[in-house]
Amino acid sequence: MTAQQIIFIVISAATIVSALIVVTNRNLFHAALALMASFLGVAGLYVLLDAGFFAAAQLLIYIGAISILVIFAIMLTRRLMSASEPSFNSQWVMGLVASVLVFGLFLYVIIQAWGGAVAQTFPVLQAPMEAPGIADSIRALGAALVDPNGYVLPFEVASVLLLGALIGAIVVAQPEKKS
Amino acid sequence: MDPIKLLESTLSLAPFEYLREVWVAAGMNPALAKVITDVIGVVILASFCLLIVLFLIWLERKVLARMQDRIGPNRVGGKFGLLQTLADALKLVSKEAITPAGADKIAFNLAPILMVMTALLMWAVIPFAPGVIGSDLNIGLFYILAVSSASVVCLLLAGWGSNNKYALLGAFRAVAQMVSYEVPMVLSLLVPLILARSMQMGEIIAAQTIPFLILAPISALIFFISALAETGRTPFDLLEAESEIIAGFHIEYGGMKWSMFMLAEFVGTLFMSALFTTVYLGGWRFFGVENVVLGNIQIGNLLAMLVFFLKTFAVFMVFIWIRGTLPRVRIDQLLDFNWKFLVPLTIVLTMMVVILDKVLELNGIAGWNRAIVHLISNVVLAFITLELLRRRGRQIREEMEGSRQAGPDDHHDADGHGHEADHGHGHELAHAAGD
Repeated sequence: MTAQQIIFIVISAATIVSALIVVTNRNLFHAALALMASFLGVAGLYVLLDAGFFAAAQLLIYIGAISILVIFAIMLTRRLMSASEPSFNSQWVMGLVASVLVFGLFLYVIIQAWGGAVAQTFPVLQAPMEAPGIADSIRALGAALVDPNGYVLPFEVASVLLLGALIGAIVVAQPEKKS
Repeated sequence: MDPIKLLESTLSLAPFEYLREVWVAAGMNPALAKVITDVIGVVILASFCLLIVLFLIWLERKVLARMQDRIGPNRVGGKFGLLQTLADALKLVSKEAITPAGADKIAFNLAPILMVMTALLMWAVIPFAPGVIGSDLNIGLFYILAVSSASVVCLLLAGWGSNNKYALLGAFRAVAQMVSYEVPMVLSLLVPLILARSMQMGEIIAAQTIPFLILAPISALIFFISALAETGRTPFDLLEAESEIIAGFHIEYGGMKWSMFMLAEFVGTLFMSALFTTVYLGGWRFFGVENVVLGNIQIGNLLAMLVFFLKTFAVFMVFIWIRGTLPRVRIDQLLDFNWKFLVPLTIVLTMMVVILDKVLELNGIAGWNRAIVHLISNVVLAFITLELLRRRGRQIREEMEGSRQAGPDDHHDADGHGHEADHGHGHELAHAAGD
């Protein structure tokens, strides 16, 4: 086993364990913290895959923004200091179905990839640290996002979606007009 | 190992390369040698950042005292009180480490540690001299933003973990402030990023044959203001507004745990100065000082490092100067100023720079011509902004004077509150326009 594989196993284990804590812990604040740890583990996996930009984006968006929002939502809506509380809705069935479906999808992709191009899917296992072109990966990514032959359509669709959410937020937050 | 050669390589700031060479020649595994030198480098960098705080606190107290016509620390450590901070630090270390009853032990104790960690992690991508950089990541600037956003989590941990409503309210304020000011900070850093065509710190410095302060003065100013808010310093020191919320999110902390928050604040402030130096003042560049060679020693690297620190401390002095000059703003003014003024201005500025720089590039305009065009566009934008502010201020003032002449009796009680808010806002805008 190379050092990289050991690091991969440790990070994955930490990610999975903290993800388990998220769903089992009854203290909502601790669950949110475990969610952050799990996000951090995913960022670590990105680093191992030499995707530094994604790791930083993961840190910035998921930990710096989304988790903070989750904690704010918990603090402003639930009883703040209560150590634990019972589950207050019964959406766990839907959650279970959704996660089983996603797990199935991942399993399918992994089995597909396993036969042929293991190296392409799992650079970690092959450890091509000095892969060519990786140093300039963000420039390539940026160009691909606005390239008509690349991902310009998904990019624009995502922008429109975000714009819609932004306008929606303004509409929701607008004070009702006095009549 | 040859001590003279080691000294020579140290003077040219490349001792690790020499050590690795020697060790590998002696039969050590190159990867192991790299790990060992890297660990030494991390220890040196982190200890430097932590120890310089002793000096920074002394400097701040002394300079502030001079500005306020006082003497400042002058008892411990000779005439200038140089050892005052050391004595303070010893006192803090010797205090009992208290965890309040009812506090969440994990969150409470983790918060100060994570706070210092995030403050130190950011130094990894600061270039002190040519080749003297923790790691020249291709996403350098983005890495800094990502790590600094994680420090918000520490504030919440501290505020919630203390099991104290004042700490929690303080944490809410702090998070609102930091999350808000992250927006203009990120957007203003986009400008030098676009000008350098790279997020890599080394390339940003290499692109600054003309410092970006000249090309993008408005962006530099906005970054500086956001940096003040992000590090929680006057006039944005609501995080620890003693007169209002006791001490904010760290009210329950004492001894070394409290001083770790202070430590993180000072390390963060020095870091912001270093980042400002790197991104806007050209980092270690100073008329080609890095190329000086003395005998067979590349002394230029050492001089470049000196230049870097001189610039950084000059920026830090501006931080102190502002602390000694400006009063604290209110929380509503703070958020108003950010969302209604800084963010729109930064978005307009970024779009202007993007289009202008592309046009200049297509027409083959570079060097000083490019810098002058950018400077003029910045001046025009600043003029338009100030003119708009002035008009808005005048408008509000006239409305206010009109309502005052109409007399207080003509107004409903319900309106009174609204006018009060308008009054504060108008005054603030008029003040900004007057500046």
